[in-house]
Amino acid sequence: MGKDMFKTTKLTAAVLALAIAGPLAAQDGTPKAGGTLNVVIQPEPPSLMIGLVQNGPTQMVGGDIYESLLRYDFDLKPEGQLAESWEISEDGKTYTFKLRKGVVFHDGEPFTSADVEFSMDKFLRETHSRMRTYMEHVESIETPDDYTVVFKLKQPFGPFIGIFEAGTAPMIPKHIYEGTDFANNPANNTPIGTGPFKFDKWEKGSFIHLVKNEDYYMEGKPYVDEVYYHVIPDAASRAVAYETGKVDVLPGGSVENFDVARIQAMDNTCITDKGWEYFGPLSWMWVNNDNKPLDDVKVRKAIMHGIDREFAKDALWNGLGKVATGPLSSSTRFYDGDTPDISYDPDKAKALLAESSYNGETIRILGLPYGETWQRWAEAVKQNLSEIGMTTEIVPSDVAGWNQKVADRDFDLAFTYLYQYGDPALGVSRTYMGDNAAPGSPWNNVADYQNPETDKLFDAAALMASPDDRMAAYKTIQDKIVEDVPNIWLLELGFPTIYRCDVKNPVNTAFGVNDGFRDVWIDK
Amino acid sequence: MTGSATSGSTSNKSEKRSRSGPFWRPGHFSEPNGADSVIRFILGRLIKAVFILLAILVFNFLLIHAAPGDPAAVMAGEAGAADEKFLADLRANFGLDQPLYVQLWLYIKGAVQLDLGYSFRQQMPVAEMIGDRLPATLLLTGVAFVLSLVLGVAAGVAASARQGRWGDTIISTFALLFYATPLFWVALMATLVFSVWLEWLPGFGYSTIGAGYTGLAHMLDVAKHLVLPASTLGLFFTAIYMRMTRASMLEVSRLDFVKTARAKGLSRGVIQRRHILRNALLPVITLAGLQAGQIFGGAILTETVFAWPGIGRLMFEAINQRDYNVILGVFYISAAMVLLFNLITDVIYVIVDPRIRLTT
Repeated sequence: MGKDMFKTTKLTAAVLALAIAGPLAAQDGTPKAGGTLNVVIQPEPPSLMIGLVQNGPTQMVGGDIYESLLRYDFDLKPEGQLAESWEISEDGKTYTFKLRKGVVFHDGEPFTSADVEFSMDKFLRETHSRMRTYMEHVESIETPDDYTVVFKLKQPFGPFIGIFEAGTAPMIPKHIYEGTDFANNPANNTPIGTGPFKFDKWEKGSFIHLVKNEDYYMEGKPYVDEVYYHVIPDAASRAVAYETGKVDVLPGGSVENFDVARIQAMDNTCITDKGWEYFGPLSWMWVNNDNKPLDDVKVRKAIMHGIDREFAKDALWNGLGKVATGPLSSSTRFYDGDTPDISYDPDKAKALLAESSYNGETIRILGLPYGETWQRWAEAVKQNLSEIGMTTEIVPSDVAGWNQKVADRDFDLAFTYLYQYGDPALGVSRTYMGDNAAPGSPWNNVADYQNPETDKLFDAAALMASPDDRMAAYKTIQDKIVEDVPNIWLLELGFPTIYRCDVKNPVNTAFGVNDGFRDVWIDK
Repeated sequence: MTGSATSGSTSNKSEKRSRSGPFWRPGHFSEPNGADSVIRFILGRLIKAVFILLAILVFNFLLIHAAPGDPAAVMAGEAGAADEKFLADLRANFGLDQPLYVQLWLYIKGAVQLDLGYSFRQQMPVAEMIGDRLPATLLLTGVAFVLSLVLGVAAGVAASARQGRWGDTIISTFALLFYATPLFWVALMATLVFSVWLEWLPGFGYSTIGAGYTGLAHMLDVAKHLVLPASTLGLFFTAIYMRMTRASMLEVSRLDFVKTARAKGLSRGVIQRRHILRNALLPVITLAGLQAGQIFGGAILTETVFAWPGIGRLMFEAINQRDYNVILGVFYISAAMVLLFNLITDVIYVIVDPRIRLTT
């Protein structure tokens, strides 16, 4: 999958990918122009300026307004967006992008290489924490002409080709932001990008309205005239909004899982679990490896084998998603499905527990306060663990309290899920590296897993130019981590997008609805 | 309501009442000199209200900051990741890196000048956010309030007039049912029945998005959207007002002055309206004054379920995100409203209660 992509990239050394309009899009039928698309958004985004705010809702709306140089298909293969073609040098240190000509921002100003340089080198380096880390690998950015951008890297950085999507590397208009206070620029309230839709109106608490960009560079696109994002805070009300025909698209996670089957059975209703490949949302329980008796690998293994994840998938997640096999989602590059067995086996769990240092201590489970499914999941885990002879208690919290407790390491087991951003160097190593375990953050190596061997391999694998070498390194890493069970891996979460079947192509890429509705048309 | 009670017989409207009258003791005006004393009274209450508001402000500030959770961490969490610089920038940007007493001082200084600060998450002035959302909440709570008061009092009067009979039993049973049923359940059921099954009314939102209605059409559209949330929110209070009115009517109807009125040969309707109801309304008004503030509390749930863009929802979301300034701003406005309603209640006593009418 991802591995193939890199082979192609490296062996030809100069991949020329014509960014034709949506080769990914399954164009069933002849697209019809016109119509209004009504989509649920939850929660209401704090801002639509995707360069400043990176949360899900901002990315969803911002993905219509802003674009990046590339986008990625379901197998994470790059496709041109604002870049017409790109080349990677043999040594993996020079990336040359040729930009599309004739692209203009929503205010009519042309998009050029200067905007790319400004976005990557100035704006995002200042505002975007993930991008700041990636840009540490870049030595210089050159713009020999208006339509060519050359990134020179300090050393090969395998994941680099995977960072040019709108949520990570949106192209910001230099003529608006240069020399200003980025965070407080009034232009943040009227976002200007190159995307298929323009910002029109935001009635806080009610809706966000985008209108078709008539000057979009792809002939005939976008097809729909306008998009309304409806702000509906209650999950049951969002389901009702779909059932009563007020909205046409329920992005993943909009409704509770137990409502999915009912909605799915409605006429003219389609569902897809595609569009999350880049994020690869993987759920697990952080294990506080510093607390007794969880510092004992046998106790951790007992918990791992004692939890019935198939049951959780079927009963709580409506059969959606996959049982995790280790620290990587199966959609993440360099995933290795052949890791040591961690499947449900209560007898083995009981035997391991009997051999371990566990003496009946009460284990505190911190649930994730993201709705009823997660609460029930904590209850199911409690039940599973009591069946193998462990005493547990569920600690309630709200979102802010959960963040605080995890950051302070005030738990024994804590539910979480995190995105993997398509590559272990971007979204996985951060949660297992020994030197990234300081308390104070809920997204680093919270479990305090310490293994110098995997640390070294993680460091080396990120800087390897050869995908084969990276695959070998990540395979060893996955085997070793699964053997140590520093966390209890649960499910690769399935967040289905539900939509009316006459809405065509709402999900075309590994980013799903976050990649904008450029290719959507309504068959009415 | 503060102060000692003043009450008395109703025979002479121009004199201050004696202290041995009926059960209700709504207030005391030490100098019964008409408009002047009322104005003095109101001014006195307003000055007190300012101090109470300040105390509420300080208390809320300390309370919110005592709750676990860091707004910068929540915002970073939404972004899925953050480094130290990101968190430090956020904290510095919003003054969260300063000592608590400095934050408190800055907040009070701003609040006194009606500057409620800046929302961490929404990145806009809190006063502007509340200003945007307040009309929707006032509309919802106002309609729910009037609806529940009118229906509750009418049902209470009807039930008391039929004490012990079928009419009374039916009304009282419904009141008990409405009182005991959780608001969120009523909201969901109302949506299911009237929006999903019968398709009579919209199940969420303030108006039809994208319809482009103006003028009367817009007002009708909003009214249609208002029916479910307002009646859901009002139902609980209707039950309370009904029970209170009924009990109060029955209690007053047993007092001596009612017997006197009957002995004078006044008709049943006149006694009910002019004598019993007028006196029985006082506890209802007290309750209404106190509950006007509570309706904001109920509005949090109603606004969330019905996606009504008001300040109740704003507060709910702000609490989840530890958006301190928004929470404090909404508390501030709510506290001011409660104080205002209490003041209005006190003034209404003067109008409604014949025993405390002042000389002119």
